[in-house]
Amino acid sequence: MTFLEIHDVHKNYGEHEVLRGVSLEVAKHEVVCLIGASGSGKSTLLRCINALEPIRSGEIRVAGDVVSGLGVDVNRLRRNVGMVFQSYNLFPHMSVLRNVTLAPVRVGGRSRAEAEEKALALLDRVGMKDKAGAYPDALSGGQQQRVAIVRALASDPQVLLLDEITAALDPELVGDVLAIVRELAQDGLTMLLATHEMGFAREVASQVCFLHEGRILERGTPAQIFEDPQEDRTRQFLGRVLASGRL
Amino acid sequence: MTSGAETEAVAAEPTPPQRVLPTAVVALLVAVLCALAAALALWSLHRMLEPPAAVDALLVALAVVALLPLVPAVRAFGDDRRRARHLAAGRLAPARHQAASGREHAHTAMGYALAVLICAGLVWFTTANDGAITTTFLRWEFLRSSFANVLDAFWINVEVAVGAQLLVLVVGLVVAVMRLLPGRAGRPLRWLAIAYVDTFRAIPSIITLYLVGFGLKLAQVPVFKDLSPVWLAIIALTLTYSSYVAEVYRAGIESIHPSQWAAARSLGLSYGMTLRTVIVPQAVRRIVPPLLNDFIGLQKDTALIGVMGVTDAFAQSRLTASNVFNLTPVIVVAVLFVLITIPQARYVDRLLAKEQTRTGRS
Ligand SMILES: Nc1ncnc2c1ncn2[C@@H]1O[C@H](COP(=O)(O)OP(=O)(O)O)[C@@H](O)[C@H]1O
Ligand SMILES: [Mg+2]
Repeated sequence: MTFLEIHDVHKNYGEHEVLRGVSLEVAKHEVVCLIGASGSGKSTLLRCINALEPIRSGEIRVAGDVVSGLGVDVNRLRRNVGMVFQSYNLFPHMSVLRNVTLAPVRVGGRSRAEAEEKALALLDRVGMKDKAGAYPDALSGGQQQRVAIVRALASDPQVLLLDEITAALDPELVGDVLAIVRELAQDGLTMLLATHEMGFAREVASQVCFLHEGRILERGTPAQIFEDPQEDRTRQFLGRVLASGRL
Repeated sequence: MTSGAETEAVAAEPTPPQRVLPTAVVALLVAVLCALAAALALWSLHRMLEPPAAVDALLVALAVVALLPLVPAVRAFGDDRRRARHLAAGRLAPARHQAASGREHAHTAMGYALAVLICAGLVWFTTANDGAITTTFLRWEFLRSSFANVLDAFWINVEVAVGAQLLVLVVGLVVAVMRLLPGRAGRPLRWLAIAYVDTFRAIPSIITLYLVGFGLKLAQVPVFKDLSPVWLAIIALTLTYSSYVAEVYRAGIESIHPSQWAAARSLGLSYGMTLRTVIVPQAVRRIVPPLLNDFIGLQKDTALIGVMGVTDAFAQSRLTASNVFNLTPVIVVAVLFVLITIPQARYVDRLLAKEQTRTGRS
């Protein structure tokens, strides 16, 4: 069953057309990886799905409901769609626990006790329970990103958007964060992730999409894309990534 | 191999420490001359004031303070002697250490001595023209006789300042948020906010005070015509300073990185809730120093409320001053303003330091 449906989405920044007709379907429990060079539009696509950016034309549906265009309750949409950013974006003036419980309490209407209990359970799962009282500045990048994932999960999203969540991390911290995403994939969480970690994409993705200049140039299973790419551009891109030692 | 390296080290003859004596001599001379200047200045102050014994004791204490730069100057000579001894014994490193210490002492002596000289100059200036300057600005009997009056009136300044500051905190934030409202719906309110800020930032506060103080009464504006002058002063200063503070808030809010908006909105927080729980709390921490600057400006502008007929400390002091043909009462007001401003500056320093240690725990 298709859960997230993106149909012919166009997006401009001024004159610059960043997305030129992107279409994509994500079924429930599927993990879709977006790969592509820097500037190809991966982040923009994810931000459009979450209505952080308005689109010029096209249609985005979540769980069958149109969520693009005017008159959409974006706040309700965002409760179903979680997002994790490359630069973590934790709230620096709040403790880890407050970061995680903010949305469940303020938006989800849960009691503070209930939200904290759940937050602590989630933090425990990613090995961050003992840091619940700490402030983000006192955490390493890997720890901050784990908290950011928990913060997104705390609102029980039905789909999680992950935008190069390991790109800002020191190499030795990448593994911890990817392990969490792997676990979430095994649990059956629907995810759409932009990534430069090709090895990881090959391992967890059910579908890989290669973005080039605002278009999905090629898509397929990891085996198809990584072992037998059809497009020259895809081959060139993978060749460059290989040369930089990421595959 | 190692012996080769050693010969090389010896071959490169280390530079011997420089002489300290010339610097030490200059430092001693400067210290002595400055102390003499200070003594002369204090002596003429004593002759002019003919003050009570307690103040005389203070003058003596100041003279002793003026002698303090001699201490490091003398130490520099000791350092130089030890430098020479070490050098004679071939102990190069200790000799260099003593030379550095001696120069440091000599420089310290000169730095403090010059400060003493500047202060002595200021004191001497107050005694110039047979003390005319001092007697115009500072006379014991007028200080004593006007202090109570002026201090009483000063409470009005404090009242107006605190009242306006509290209102400004709220009004400024409201205007800033209006100015930041998004979209087409927010446009008229944005424009109003801009018009307000542009207008009241441009009008000198003394004119706003004048217009509010007399205009509202003259026009028989309901509610306002019955307000006390103190309240009218609070309103006028709130009008002026909210326009400054709105800009301070706006700069603070806009200084928060857009990624914080994205993170909060992606969690489902509404625009207003994001502003309230994520953006403004972070902005407020950053705006404390510029906010305090504007608050100090506001405090000082309470000295203008005399134009609307309120007898504040400055108006009171001018009254007294013109009675006695002496400016001492006005000096009293000036000192009071300084006294209430300094603790605020220190308080903000503390807040900032606390903030540093809290967020700097990484
Ligand atoms: N806020 C913005 N304003 C203008 N141009 C933007 C903005 N954000 C992204 N772009 C442009 O859109 C293109 C795609 O960017 P992005 O989606 O971030 O690519 P990716 O995530 O694949 O690296 C780039 O050319 C970038 O310069
Ligand atoms: Mg990106």
